[in-house]
Amino acid sequence: MTGLITPILMPKWGLSMKEGKLAAWHVSEGTMISPGDEIMDVETDKIANVVEAADGGLLRRRIGQEGETYLVRALLAVMAPESVSDAEIDAYVSNFAVPVAEDVEDTGPSHEFAELSVGRIRYTARPGSGTPVILIHGFGGDLDNWLFNIDALAEAAPIYALDLPGHGQSVKAVVNPGLGTMVSTLIDFMDHIGVKKAHLVGHSMGGLIAGQTAIDNPGRVASVNLICSAGLGNEINGGYIGGFVSAPGRKELKPVLGDLFFDQSLVSRAMIDDLLKYKRLDGVQTFLEALSANLFANGRQAVQIAKALGATSVPCQTIWGASDAIIPSGHAGAVPGARATVIEGAGHMVQMEQAARVNDLIKGQI
Amino acid sequence: MARMLSIKNAINEAIDQEMSRDPTVVMMGEDIVGGAGTQGEVDAWGGVLGVTKGLYAKHPNQMIDTPLSESAYVGAAIGAAACGLRPIAELMFIDFMGVCLDQIYNQAAKFRYMFGGKAETPVVIRAMCGAGFRAAAQHSQMLTPIFTHIPGLKVVCPSNAYDTKGLLIQAIRDNDPVIFLEHKNLYAAECDVPEEPYAIPFGEAKIAREGKDITIVAYGLMVPNSLAAADILKKEGIDCEVIDLRTLSPIDMDTVIESVESTGRLVCVDEANPRCSIAADVSAVVARDAFRALKGPIGMVTPPHTPVPFSPTLEDLYIPSPARIAEGVRKAMKG
Repeated sequence: MTGLITPILMPKWGLSMKEGKLAAWHVSEGTMISPGDEIMDVETDKIANVVEAADGGLLRRRIGQEGETYLVRALLAVMAPESVSDAEIDAYVSNFAVPVAEDVEDTGPSHEFAELSVGRIRYTARPGSGTPVILIHGFGGDLDNWLFNIDALAEAAPIYALDLPGHGQSVKAVVNPGLGTMVSTLIDFMDHIGVKKAHLVGHSMGGLIAGQTAIDNPGRVASVNLICSAGLGNEINGGYIGGFVSAPGRKELKPVLGDLFFDQSLVSRAMIDDLLKYKRLDGVQTFLEALSANLFANGRQAVQIAKALGATSVPCQTIWGASDAIIPSGHAGAVPGARATVIEGAGHMVQMEQAARVNDLIKGQI
Repeated sequence: MARMLSIKNAINEAIDQEMSRDPTVVMMGEDIVGGAGTQGEVDAWGGVLGVTKGLYAKHPNQMIDTPLSESAYVGAAIGAAACGLRPIAELMFIDFMGVCLDQIYNQAAKFRYMFGGKAETPVVIRAMCGAGFRAAAQHSQMLTPIFTHIPGLKVVCPSNAYDTKGLLIQAIRDNDPVIFLEHKNLYAAECDVPEEPYAIPFGEAKIAREGKDITIVAYGLMVPNSLAAADILKKEGIDCEVIDLRTLSPIDMDTVIESVESTGRLVCVDEANPRCSIAADVSAVVARDAFRALKGPIGMVTPPHTPVPFSPTLEDLYIPSPARIAEGVRKAMKG
């Protein structure tokens, strides 16, 4: 009968997560859960988010206590149909292998590196079947911006997420930090992983790169999904771009990062520390100054792709956070023929703040 | 993909990368190239604990083994710095600094001031510091306050490998003399360290642990000990904020005062002897600038005012342990 029992575990968001705090339950014992239902809030030292059910079922037992911290993959609850007895659930719970701290550290999909003409590029991959999806982060971001999307999307297709040149753990000495280098790197990357055609999902500047790639190489792009994308209008929050680039320390960076979110409390000390670690790597400062001067000087976007993208045959959708303080949500309707969705209760990082909605919209397109 | 690196290897990597980037970076020290029983060039011993192992093979023109005369080569390093090189002088133990003090506090620290701002002395003096190594009273001291007392010197004492690499690179690129103190009992401590070079600016403390009930200020080995104390106290319902000063000159009192303003309580933990120490300095500034934020007396956890004992039992009692720090916090919570 244990085959009928489905566990609910502490999730693992990114390589560094070892434990998480179960902040609150959204479901009680006896609830019938459907896949995608919000079941609990989990907080780590870096981020807080709501966890959605991957599987459906009748919630029989809550083991995790609100306010307590659990290791990744610790058993938090059990789902099973009524035909399973309480005794069988007791046995399942007591026999469940408790994760060990040392094991938690080095598990999960790791990162890989590709040597491309631009230099070394870091990426991560999730296997699957069908046309692959490539996730492209925005200005100053990295592949961890897709923490709440990558595993959910992997249920539908093979997923790749990369660190763009100058970002994350990819090469920092970039010869021409501009859109052309980003597009050619993306095509090089597709060649490297042996992908002829892919769905492109781009956030912010990553959307501009995805769109330009579709315009230049329509045969290689199955669809473009533009999240709070650059390239669809003139305006961009120049104070954010300039503030992010110039912030020398925590005190200056913290208020700037607030612009990214609808819920300002998501700007954690760990998030600020991680971004400072990135900004302090040799070469990053020069790179960010050059890239922002090329693309976003004086609070204006230098490149517009909406019309040219609408003229291609590549299917396109736009997704926006209604409270985006970086790029106005009014740009969502700029691409002719594209489906536009504006999501309430989210800012520029809508793929983190409303991950479930964004994941559903992307799955709908792929 | 976490890349775990020890403090010892983070020092080696920082020097290696800076020597590759800048040929004016040179290093002087005792046995840093070869050592007894080695082949010298390829399998260099690399100093008393092997910190510079392998650097001579990579940078043969930038590694200089010196005679056993600290006063001579520290003086040479300072002179070379004034004339355009970026030397790193390694003293095995900070305890040996006494014989080089004129060169350091009366020359290097004064050049910029005495020559109307026209002279720069980009020298780094690295040395091991701290107790717990069973190395007795002349090889175990935490002499940070001697150097923070001197204007013109920058003083660094990191607690983890990430900070060590970034602060040492900053020290090498800095145009002023930097005293860089490495706790020998932390050499094996590992954490995730980027392969790429990076510099951490001086004068920026790090909140090593966020908490709301009390602020613990520490540096060097006292940071992991304070974090361990915070774990003990968490079980008792006391939520400690732990601040790692990282650099002692310049010192980031803004972060300390901001934290005390939110917690209302302060314990300063210092491995230096208690008189005129970093703990005494931080306490005095908080008492002066944030007195009204304090809900009770400031606590201090330090060794006694004695030399570091050679007896292992006594040495263990000498160093502020997590248990003693926890006791200091409990006392401050009652005050």
